[in-house]
Amino acid sequence: MASDIRADGEAAGLIEGRPSYGDLSREIAGVSLGTRRPRFFWLGFAFFFLLALLFLFSVTWLLAIGIGTLGLNIPLAWGVPITNTVWWIGIGHAGTLISAILLLLRQKWRNSINRFAEAMTLFAASIAGLFPILHLGRPWFAYWLLPLPVTHMPWPQWRSPLTWDFFAIATYLTVSLVFWYMGLIPDLATFRDRAKSRGQQIVYGVLALGWRGSVFHWARYEEAYYLVAALATPLVVSVHSVISLDFTVAITPGYHSTIFPPYFVAGALYSGFAMVLTIAVPLRSAFRLENVITEKHLDNGAKVMLASGAIVAYAYVNEAFYAWYSGDEVHRYAMWARAFGPYAPTFWVMIAANIGSLVPLSFGAVRRRPWVLFAIALVINLGMWLERYIIVVSSLARDYLPSTWDTTTPTWTDYGLIFGSIGLFFALMFLLVRLLPLITIYEVAELAHEEEAEAAP
Amino acid sequence: MSATDDAGPNRRDVLKLMGASLALAGLTACHPARQIVPYVRQPEDVIPGRKSYYATTLAIDGFGFGVLAESHEGRPTKIEGNPHHPASLGAADAILQASVLGLYDPNRAQTPTRDGVPAGYDAFLAEVATLRGSLAKDWGRSLAVLIGPETSPTLASQLAALRAQFPEMQLYRHAPLATPEADAASQAVFGRASSPLYHFDRAKVILSLDGDFLGEGGGKLAYARQFADARRVTGTSSSMSRLYAFASTPTLTSAKADHSRRLRASAMGTVLTAIADRLDGRPTNSDPMESKLLDAIAIDLRQAGPNALVIAGSRLDTATQAAAHRLNARLGAVGHTIDLLPPLGIASDAPDLHALADAIGAGKVDALLILGHDPVFTAPGDVDLAAAVKRVGFSAYWGPYADGTANACRWHIPAAHALEGWSDALGFDGTPSIVQPLIEPLHGGRTMHDVLVAFLGELDKNGRDLVRARWSTLDDQSWAQALKSGVIDAPKPTFLMPSVTATNATPTSPSSAPSLELNLVPDLYFRDGAFAPNTWLAELPRPLSRMVWGNAVEMSPATAKRLMVDTGDVVEITIGSRSIELPVAIEPNQADDTLTVPLGYGRLAGGAPVVGTSAYGLRKQNAAWQLPVTGVRKTGARQKPITIHGNFDTEGRDIIRTAALADFAKDPAVLARNKQPEPAPDDRLFPAWDNPEEAWGMVIDTGSCIGCMACVSACQAENNSPVVGPEQVALGREMHWLRVDRYETGDADAPQTHFQPVPCMQCENAPCEEVCPVNATVHTHDGLNAQVYNRCVGTRYCSQNCPYKVRRFNWLQYQDFSEDSPLSALMNPNVTVRERGVMEKCTYCVQRISAARIDAQDGNRPIRDGEVVTACQQTCPTHAITFGNLNDPRSAVRRAKAEPHNYVLLAELNTRPRTSYLADIRNSNGDADG
Amino acid sequence: MPQVFGPRANGLLLFILVGLVFAGGVAAVVGIVVLRSDWNRATFFAVAQPVPFSHAHHVGELGLDCRYCHTGVETSASAGLPATEVCMTCHSQLFTDQKMLEPVRESFASGIPIVWNRVNDVPDYVYFNHAVHVNHGVPCEACHGRVDEMPLTWRQKPLTMEWCLSCHRDPAPNLRPLNAVFAMNWSPKGDPRQQGEALINLMHIDPKNLTDCYVCHR
Repeated sequence: MASDIRADGEAAGLIEGRPSYGDLSREIAGVSLGTRRPRFFWLGFAFFFLLALLFLFSVTWLLAIGIGTLGLNIPLAWGVPITNTVWWIGIGHAGTLISAILLLLRQKWRNSINRFAEAMTLFAASIAGLFPILHLGRPWFAYWLLPLPVTHMPWPQWRSPLTWDFFAIATYLTVSLVFWYMGLIPDLATFRDRAKSRGQQIVYGVLALGWRGSVFHWARYEEAYYLVAALATPLVVSVHSVISLDFTVAITPGYHSTIFPPYFVAGALYSGFAMVLTIAVPLRSAFRLENVITEKHLDNGAKVMLASGAIVAYAYVNEAFYAWYSGDEVHRYAMWARAFGPYAPTFWVMIAANIGSLVPLSFGAVRRRPWVLFAIALVINLGMWLERYIIVVSSLARDYLPSTWDTTTPTWTDYGLIFGSIGLFFALMFLLVRLLPLITIYEVAELAHEEEAEAAP
Repeated sequence: MSATDDAGPNRRDVLKLMGASLALAGLTACHPARQIVPYVRQPEDVIPGRKSYYATTLAIDGFGFGVLAESHEGRPTKIEGNPHHPASLGAADAILQASVLGLYDPNRAQTPTRDGVPAGYDAFLAEVATLRGSLAKDWGRSLAVLIGPETSPTLASQLAALRAQFPEMQLYRHAPLATPEADAASQAVFGRASSPLYHFDRAKVILSLDGDFLGEGGGKLAYARQFADARRVTGTSSSMSRLYAFASTPTLTSAKADHSRRLRASAMGTVLTAIADRLDGRPTNSDPMESKLLDAIAIDLRQAGPNALVIAGSRLDTATQAAAHRLNARLGAVGHTIDLLPPLGIASDAPDLHALADAIGAGKVDALLILGHDPVFTAPGDVDLAAAVKRVGFSAYWGPYADGTANACRWHIPAAHALEGWSDALGFDGTPSIVQPLIEPLHGGRTMHDVLVAFLGELDKNGRDLVRARWSTLDDQSWAQALKSGVIDAPKPTFLMPSVTATNATPTSPSSAPSLELNLVPDLYFRDGAFAPNTWLAELPRPLSRMVWGNAVEMSPATAKRLMVDTGDVVEITIGSRSIELPVAIEPNQADDTLTVPLGYGRLAGGAPVVGTSAYGLRKQNAAWQLPVTGVRKTGARQKPITIHGNFDTEGRDIIRTAALADFAKDPAVLARNKQPEPAPDDRLFPAWDNPEEAWGMVIDTGSCIGCMACVSACQAENNSPVVGPEQVALGREMHWLRVDRYETGDADAPQTHFQPVPCMQCENAPCEEVCPVNATVHTHDGLNAQVYNRCVGTRYCSQNCPYKVRRFNWLQYQDFSEDSPLSALMNPNVTVRERGVMEKCTYCVQRISAARIDAQDGNRPIRDGEVVTACQQTCPTHAITFGNLNDPRSAVRRAKAEPHNYVLLAELNTRPRTSYLADIRNSNGDADG
Repeated sequence: MPQVFGPRANGLLLFILVGLVFAGGVAAVVGIVVLRSDWNRATFFAVAQPVPFSHAHHVGELGLDCRYCHTGVETSASAGLPATEVCMTCHSQLFTDQKMLEPVRESFASGIPIVWNRVNDVPDYVYFNHAVHVNHGVPCEACHGRVDEMPLTWRQKPLTMEWCLSCHRDPAPNLRPLNAVFAMNWSPKGDPRQQGEALINLMHIDPKNLTDCYVCHR
């Protein structure tokens, strides 16, 4: 996968036109530091901020009344919260992949998009981290999952995947944060220098940690940055694999499958890049960054989606095949019920969204049409959420003893959590755009320089 | 058990300090009990922190059941069966188990009211005193007393005394579940009304036509025990009695039958005719179903002779029941498998409501006393009792709830709960036993004896005096013995020695039957509505329909198809000029062209929730049970009946194992045929647990289980399980730790019903334990999957990973933790009351295990076999549940596990459950199935 | 345009960062210490009572046996508090004019019990059984301390799960022969541990099983 992207990455077109470094910096920094902001910015922010408030309300309601306000029961004791966790964590992955792995693979095309992809990771992972706590019966005791020296002795149980989750997600959050912040430092310095008001200067100045951009700084910086990238790389694989263990370790038919770790990672990339595009396309047109986030970027992103999407599709087939091949009547029935049981409609929408999208994606023409891509990305986001919902819920609806079979539907609180968290996510994105360089100035400048060098005879 | 003469007063002292004791016992509700209150004078027989038992009697439909009531510092918290009482034999049913909730029911009437306004009891006494004066003038001609189905000898003697004072008084009796058809039938055949007494220990071949001896009547617990004992399979060489059942609507009995068929009530007679014809070798005409089966039944019955038993449901028409009697007589069963008792009910021949209404209409009644049973609610549609009662000058109603009758009467005197006052009752076989109080009336309720005392003008007598006086034949020692054992050692009524008088009359033929008939049946738990306010019973799934929190009109799939309705459609059923609206529920084992509606629903009782719709309005005089349907109309409204575990299909999985006795005797392996092989014991990821001391295990005999749900009710009472209400149940959030699943096997038109109680399996390789992140569910040294409520954070992963789905979760705050919660006194102090967000489940009644262990340790001895009895096991009428220590080679549970038909659920998962099942062996007749 | 930051800015920032980490560590340690402090656990605080009952007097000076008042301790989960009549067995004769005994006399006369304030208490989900402890050689003193030296009664031990487990995991040092269970200030001849081990064998105590959750939580 990497190699073919690299092959394209060599081609020109990662930066359109021949902007000077100054132009680049002005252009990018202008997005945040510029005084006037277009009206649609505020409208968009207001919209998502309202959704964020909905999230706040739903959470308050949930904590006040109890987990019973969600569409859960026995046997379907997990539902939307867990689905959201997996979905958001998945979205986070693309960011780490772009910033860490593609960095190590020297994929230049990542440069323009890695900053907000990293931010995306950060926000998505934080939101994902909320849900496991929210879905507890007694969230106020969530700290019992930590090995603390409290006066009631018992410690967490290390055989439980939920305990692994706790540490997996925590680690992931920390590393992402560090990595993201490190990437910011030089640009924070740029902001500091360009900032007009004293206040901005001080704030950006402190955050820049006294960066002067000396060669010495750059040398150390590069080393450290690559080091952290190397640290972050395994996380891309590990976190979602660990999350998937929540399911594979359980003996529930539809959960208990060895294919889940790779399957989940691929799914994560699929939905992650979908989200990247969902953000990138409006962004570039809104702030006229077409010559920084070029069609090339979108094309490459789409190709990653195509690849990971193909793996996901394969996983679907594989899951069904092994259900049949295992000869286990219960497992077989669970798979059959997934497609033709109570949750059949959801299942077929998911198939249509996740596998159907692969068809247009395989045409270059489509991949180069931003708004078409945007639409496809939205569809895939939906599809991937449904995939997690199907896995979590439909498996439980038809397990071992027919007498206990049941179904459930999400309540308004569930929807509040879903759309609220989306609102929170994008509201944070808007704030990011407002306050921080959403594109790595120095890397793009560096890139521009290299391209000039290549262009020179 | 302690019940000396002064036990009463002692217990009264205790009650005065009940609040105190609660603080002392540290009630498990989560309030900071930061104060501690000792007694002023400590009662002899109370050690704070230790429970005691008292023998008393509870009545269902008037029949007495001996029970032992568990008391913690004066608070009755649990009901167990009384082993000494013939109607209980140590078992209790769901109603008895739930009756302790009735004691603390906050919806009970709490003060006497006059015209709906709270008034003092003294005012009532004064009014009655003046009334007596006026009554005395005309020898009480204008006094009418309306009683329900009662058997209390004390009541009988009080009524006699009343009659002595007022010779002209009118006595009426209204028993909503009375079956005049049965009396008429025995009148016709044996020359006098009588009630049958069966002996299933002697019966080899039983033919039941809508006769639900396992689910109804004062003898059901005893019958269930006899029936199960006669059919218990041990080893491969076992003899079983054989049960053929024809049912218009499925019952516990038809579910246990070796051969059961769906048949509308009006056609039952033809079966008897056809069989009689065969027995007489007469050429038979018009068989109602495949003759092969009838041939087999006839042959079996003839072979069994006196050991045969034919039971016709007491609600069937007179002719059919008479035919059944004749068949019994002809087979020589009468006096052997069936005995006849004189009617036990008081004044069972007294006139009914219609007569009372007429008398009131004719102005013959100036004073009316109604003793319980809410007759306004249970009155048939052609009697407007409320209006009639309002016309009476003085009307007084004694009853526990401010119900319809209370609203109609001038005076309402709140009734004391059976655990609050003195009385007595007769068991199904005439065995008398005493009702003694465990606690002072919580709301100052009165017993019916107290009320009659007022009318008799003997205000100096208290309840105990009255009962003692009635049993004055007992000397003090045998009286004390009667209190202690719960049974009065008195001569039982002698059996009638009948001679068949009537000539051989032929039952009605189905040709005269309507195209669509409605069967009214008493609800299994609400009965005539007396227990409708009990929320435990409202939320207890009906064994077959699985319905909770409401009733519906049940019909067969074919009939539903014909009427073009489906489950959840609300239909209007019209009988003559009256009609009711009910949702449809489809029951596969229902007879075609038969609609069944349970009675007892839709009762308004104080603040209690009104559950379902009442069908009493459809009744008319002499038309109480089978009614011809005028019309069924689809209203268009929809209301899905709320059910628990509605799927009866095993999906071909190895869940229920069943076989014919003959095949099983030949080769026990027939049970395990083409089932998945079980994994090797050492085939596991984590090392096995060792159980140095005990290894607790349970065996549940699905062959003996009759699905009566007593165990579920007992579990709820023992383990402080909350009631969650209809909305939550509809969401699938019921909180019963133990459930009884119903499955159907065999061919579609004559399926076999199986019941499978499913508690926590206490797996040795427990999937739940491995996934709990906080160690809230852990394995103990004696092999339990302990659940630590106060450690649980509520990830619910354990339930996700439980293939049996036996865990229950507190989705919301189901328990009332407030200081003044009316139910706080009901809680078992030895079981934690779980708060919102906590997972809970069965742990083999670990509190009982701990209690037994502590006793054993204090005695420095091992725990004996049978010393630990789980709540479900203790209450089971058929001894279907065996529990004990698997490390003890002589324990009963070890023997049960060694049975050839012992199997575990979902063995292929290698969870290695400690709870296993005995297969449901049926004594099927190979020649019966065509 | 002047410099935004002075020359010492770097040092200052470094100091702040390091300081934060350090402060966090200190806070954690303090937290743990405070959590375990007697102040937090309210041990050694004499609780006010309607009647200033002195164990020091009744046990220490008069030498009353614990069981004279706490009658249930050998047979029941709860040791039980003496009924008013138990107090009156003596105090109908002694100190009949004492003002401070007025509540006792009043309670006996009116039949309304005395309401004492709890000194030792465990949460409602903890099922402590006095009998099984007392009957297996766990002395009163182990949990209640030297009540014979308490003029007013206070809680001697933290009663935390940690504390319970410390003994359930290793009961030996705390055990006494049954005849010494109710004694105060009793010390064994020789090594308490050896004697404890002997008693453990004698009374078939299996410490392995004492740490099962359901021993205390049901």
